[in-house]
Amino acid sequence: MTHLIDIRDLKTHFRIGPKQTVHAVDGVSLQIDRNQIVGLVGESGAGKSTLGKTVVGLLERTAGDIYYDGQTLPKQYSSADFRRYSRDIQMIFQDPYASLNPRMTVLEIIAEPLKLQPGNESKRYKDRVAQWLERVGLMPDHMSRYPHEFSGGQRQRIGIARALIVEPKFVVCDEPISALDVSVQAQVVNLLGELQASMGLTLLFIAHDLSMVRYISDRMAVMYLGSLVEEGPADDVYFEPKHPYTKLLIASNPEADPIVEKTRLHHPIAGEIPSPINIQPGCRFAARCPQVSDRCRTDTPVFKSISDDRRIACHLF
Amino acid sequence: MTVKQVMTNVNECVLDVQNLSVEFSTYGGVVSAVRGVSYQVHRGQTLAVVGESGCGKSVTVQALMGLIPMPPGRITSGSAKLLGRELIGLSASEINRVRGADIGMIFQDPMTSLNPTMRVGDQIAETLIAHRGMSKKDAFNQAIALLDRTRIPGATQRAKQYPFEFSGGMLQRVMIAMSLACKPALLIADEPTTALDVTIQNQVLELMKEIQREEGMAIVLITHDLGVVARMADEVAVMYAGKVVEAGSVDDIFYRSAHPYTLGLRAAMPSAKRGDHNSLVAIPGSPPDLFSIPSGCAYAARCPNAMKVCGEHDPAEFSCGKQHYARCWRHHESMPPSDDGLFRTDLAEARV
Repeated sequence: MTHLIDIRDLKTHFRIGPKQTVHAVDGVSLQIDRNQIVGLVGESGAGKSTLGKTVVGLLERTAGDIYYDGQTLPKQYSSADFRRYSRDIQMIFQDPYASLNPRMTVLEIIAEPLKLQPGNESKRYKDRVAQWLERVGLMPDHMSRYPHEFSGGQRQRIGIARALIVEPKFVVCDEPISALDVSVQAQVVNLLGELQASMGLTLLFIAHDLSMVRYISDRMAVMYLGSLVEEGPADDVYFEPKHPYTKLLIASNPEADPIVEKTRLHHPIAGEIPSPINIQPGCRFAARCPQVSDRCRTDTPVFKSISDDRRIACHLF
Repeated sequence: MTVKQVMTNVNECVLDVQNLSVEFSTYGGVVSAVRGVSYQVHRGQTLAVVGESGCGKSVTVQALMGLIPMPPGRITSGSAKLLGRELIGLSASEINRVRGADIGMIFQDPMTSLNPTMRVGDQIAETLIAHRGMSKKDAFNQAIALLDRTRIPGATQRAKQYPFEFSGGMLQRVMIAMSLACKPALLIADEPTTALDVTIQNQVLELMKEIQREEGMAIVLITHDLGVVARMADEVAVMYAGKVVEAGSVDDIFYRSAHPYTLGLRAAMPSAKRGDHNSLVAIPGSPPDLFSIPSGCAYAARCPNAMKVCGEHDPAEFSCGKQHYARCWRHHESMPPSDDGLFRTDLAEARV
């Protein structure tokens, strides 16, 4: 069976001046199977959101291919392409304040994806929006209100209803919980989990909260400076990280357990993520890697399988 | 008492906040942001103040630093003593001499807390000139030494740069350097790492710990991240709707949680256990409207253990062990034992 999403050597570059190019996504290959949740983690500037936006067609890719259910997705979406693919591919955005139009009512916001689909009768929008408001834990009579009347968690539920009302197959969740309080994060994660199970959704879940990504995901991919460094089953990657970057990233993640925190040694990663402009050859993590060798500075490691379901880009393997 | 004498006394209470209440008058009515908060921080110790947005954790420290605009703000009751000296009610010039000298501050967003038109070194030097009466040149050299201390590579050059030339993590180091300039007895860090990546957060937290070990200052760390609390705190105060609902040592809070809200927060965080993909328990609903806080316990509407009394009477503070308190009727002596998961001293003793 083909993968639902198959990303092959995807590159998204931005020209920012003569001889200056931001290599935001630089050669990513990632497969996502049906009904799976793949978590994508990495520091800010790693290219996680750019990857997500490229996959849904909001950004034009520079090179590479994206296959959805065996068919290749267009490089640059026309409005007809958006109408065609938005039925199957949707996105939930990070900032619940910026991603809802403040001048539209909740009904208009949630019904908008339906209007783009041919054959939907407008008088039936209301019933479906009402159903979906209930499904995401809001009330049908909320549909006449405006976004500013809702809290962050409620707005994110509106964003979820808007993405899922067309019953898509694949949804990119771009940091859907980062802007929310802890107790509300759990509400939204549980809601996404329930909907994923009941609708048979496939999710690309982008986040920087490693514990939450491990919890929600089946598989986990770690991104650093535009490319993937490690990918595998979420628990394996989290509990037995192999790539030096994954190891350090997971060791940096504070755990809500004082005894664990007191007994573990803290060796912060030195330095910061380098600029993605005009990337040097060699491993991108070489400058910060505690296990760096000469080869790392000249040869770019290939992202290769080290076991049946584990891939890693490092010369140590 | 001089500062020197205080420094020799290890268990000296650096900050003692008692029954502090803050209100804001707005067009929509009066917001009771802080409703009788008390906590203490001791020398060399870190107190983590935990809670969700709007629980009053930042307003409490802003009030004691004199940073609340009045009006619309109003401190309606309480006191806050820094090394025995009352801070509430000080005049603007008096509190100015305390801020930056005796109390250092680090904020969430270093980009907006620093002056974008001033060189970083000059901004740090400003504190030293104002509080220590240093010459401009000495202060600038001292600023370079401070930047070096916070592990900023190439401090001499960096001191001459402007904030936009720094990354978020580096700016937070600048903020730490600035707050340490006058060797304050108390450092207030308001969500210092919320805007940073975990790797950079780790660097900044380690730096704060290291400087605390050397200088022995007290830290009030405001955060909503229980992982950061577990890593940094000695003492914890959990706030909800303007009140401290549970206070105790970090072990009390994590292993002997005595308030349903603390338990709820912990259950809402994913565990780090292999194979666990199905155990998150969200706290239903959302925090109460601070314009009209319900009578009784503010958490009652979301509490799985709420009883009739919770909706009618505000719970008193019950002792749950040494220096461990919770505001919850479940700790009343007439409550029969139950399996609500809350820590109770009487039950713990019975088990032993």
